[in-house]
Amino acid sequence: MNSSSFDIVHVDDKLYLKFSGELTLYNLTSFESKIDSIDFSKEKIVVIDFMKLEFLDSAASIFIYNLEKRLLSYGIKVEILCENSDILDILHLVKHQKEKLTKIPYHKRRNIIEKIGESQYKNFIGFLSFMAFMGELFSNNMHYLTSFKNIRYKEIAFEINESAVKAIGIVAITSFLIGLVVAYQSAYQLKIYGANIFIVDMLGISILRELSPLITAIVIAGRSGSAFTAQIGAMKITQELDAMRTMGFDPYKFLVIPRIIALMITMPILIFISDVMAVIGGMVVANVDLNISITLFLDRFADVVAAKHFFIGIAKGPFFAFLIATIGIYRGLIVKDDTQSIGFNTTKSVVESIFAVIICDAIFSIAFTNLGI
Amino acid sequence: MENIIEVRDLVTSFGDRIVHDGLNLSIKEGEIYGLLGPSGCGKTTLLREMVMLQKSNSGSIKVLGHELNYIENEEAQQLRQKWGVLFQSGALFSSLKIKDNIALPLIEYTDLSKAMIDEIVEFKISIVGLKSEDANLYPSQISGGMKKKAALARSLAMDPKLLFLDEPTSGLDPISAREFDALILKLRNLLGLTIVMVSHDLQSIYDTLDSVAIIDEKKIVYEGNLNNIKSVKNEFMQTFFGKYNE
Repeated sequence: MNSSSFDIVHVDDKLYLKFSGELTLYNLTSFESKIDSIDFSKEKIVVIDFMKLEFLDSAASIFIYNLEKRLLSYGIKVEILCENSDILDILHLVKHQKEKLTKIPYHKRRNIIEKIGESQYKNFIGFLSFMAFMGELFSNNMHYLTSFKNIRYKEIAFEINESAVKAIGIVAITSFLIGLVVAYQSAYQLKIYGANIFIVDMLGISILRELSPLITAIVIAGRSGSAFTAQIGAMKITQELDAMRTMGFDPYKFLVIPRIIALMITMPILIFISDVMAVIGGMVVANVDLNISITLFLDRFADVVAAKHFFIGIAKGPFFAFLIATIGIYRGLIVKDDTQSIGFNTTKSVVESIFAVIICDAIFSIAFTNLGI
Repeated sequence: MENIIEVRDLVTSFGDRIVHDGLNLSIKEGEIYGLLGPSGCGKTTLLREMVMLQKSNSGSIKVLGHELNYIENEEAQQLRQKWGVLFQSGALFSSLKIKDNIALPLIEYTDLSKAMIDEIVEFKISIVGLKSEDANLYPSQISGGMKKKAALARSLAMDPKLLFLDEPTSGLDPISAREFDALILKLRNLLGLTIVMVSHDLQSIYDTLDSVAIIDEKKIVYEGNLNNIKSVKNEFMQTFFGKYNE
């Protein structure tokens, strides 16, 4: 850049701004400060002299354009001396572009009330769209159930395998460990009072009635609900859903309802497996820690734990399954045409379905207790 | 010749943004009809409205004699079997092999025997110029050009009268693109199809299209054949077609 220079010269009543060498975005700032320090108030005519300039880039041209405009607004005449056609071209181009340019509008900063309002409105719209989905699901369901011929056994069987049979292992292990942990913690307390045998009552009711359905639902929401969202979301992005619609394959019939039915069928079975595993976990601790033999444990279990607790736990299954599957699928269907959206909606689907399951469980809990069941 | 598609006074908007403001066009039987225009002018939207993926705000679209605004469920289902749609990225079902993708509509909608379906699939695969050993691959295992061909084979599975193509040659190399154009022409002559396509590929436009509709500024600025196209005063068309003809 040492070949570039900038001089200010007065000749007669004209102020010459002489540039030579190159004027680019690298050396623009140093010239700018010099130009800013000039007192233009006494000047009548300013000559921008590019006779010795070899190269001018677009950033510098914009600067020159702005300078010219500023001087004109002071009432100063501006002349540009230049014979290099490349430089003239770029000056002309910048001038032409700037004249039809409109400023990029900046978003106005919004205050907190507007932000709260907007997010609440979005939540409301989200809720409405979920309701619309449920409505469509219901009407499709009605249509679907008019004939047995419509039921897609193959898809349902496939989904049962994918979202339930393959989940048996993880459900069993989680439940076994939870049974173990709960029993272990309560064994410690019960020993203090010498109430060892009551571990059977405690485990029986808490596992069958609450813990097993909840654990199963949470594992399935994390495992299968998220998979629903990701699968359907990806299909939406690749236009597979559109392709299905144009071929007359209703996605509700092919993708949505089979998944919901599959999960509703298998959830009670998974809860049953979870019940068995968690009780075994408790039994192991009772045996090792509290010296309650397996026979004694099972006898006591049959005596004190009423069958209704088991049935309540199982009956929650289809409801939880419905919530997990519908939220997972709904989130998949509203994925937008970008890859970020899949991740966002998958996270949302897991969080929302676990939340919905817990709310549903709370409602059941209150309802059943008040009904005396 | 009879009009296969008629669009009358179509208005579409996304929120405040109006995309179509009173579109009119008619597509005759047996022609290859192109929808052209600058990007964002709503060509794909119009195509999506014609295949009932999207609803317009007002106006009417008539496809094969069915008024799409008032169509019944059953009727719509029948109509869907009479057309084929080729999406820009192919949109093959990623969980199915190529041959199963093509066989799917046949399995769902007909009671043909498995052997018969296999034969139809083989025929469709060869007619679009794929090799029979490609049939056992999954969509993720084949190239972009092959995907388009496979998707075309799928859209032809039910022997439709009407074919919608969304940018059939985009993303293809020039040689494959010309092959694809030739394929489309061949299929039209062979099967008597009516083809509606959105395209940006100038070569493909000149090679294949019988008529075009140009959408700009929310309206149709030109509808007709390619011979008179240069006489129209429109900025987009002059830049688009101008250079090529000089």
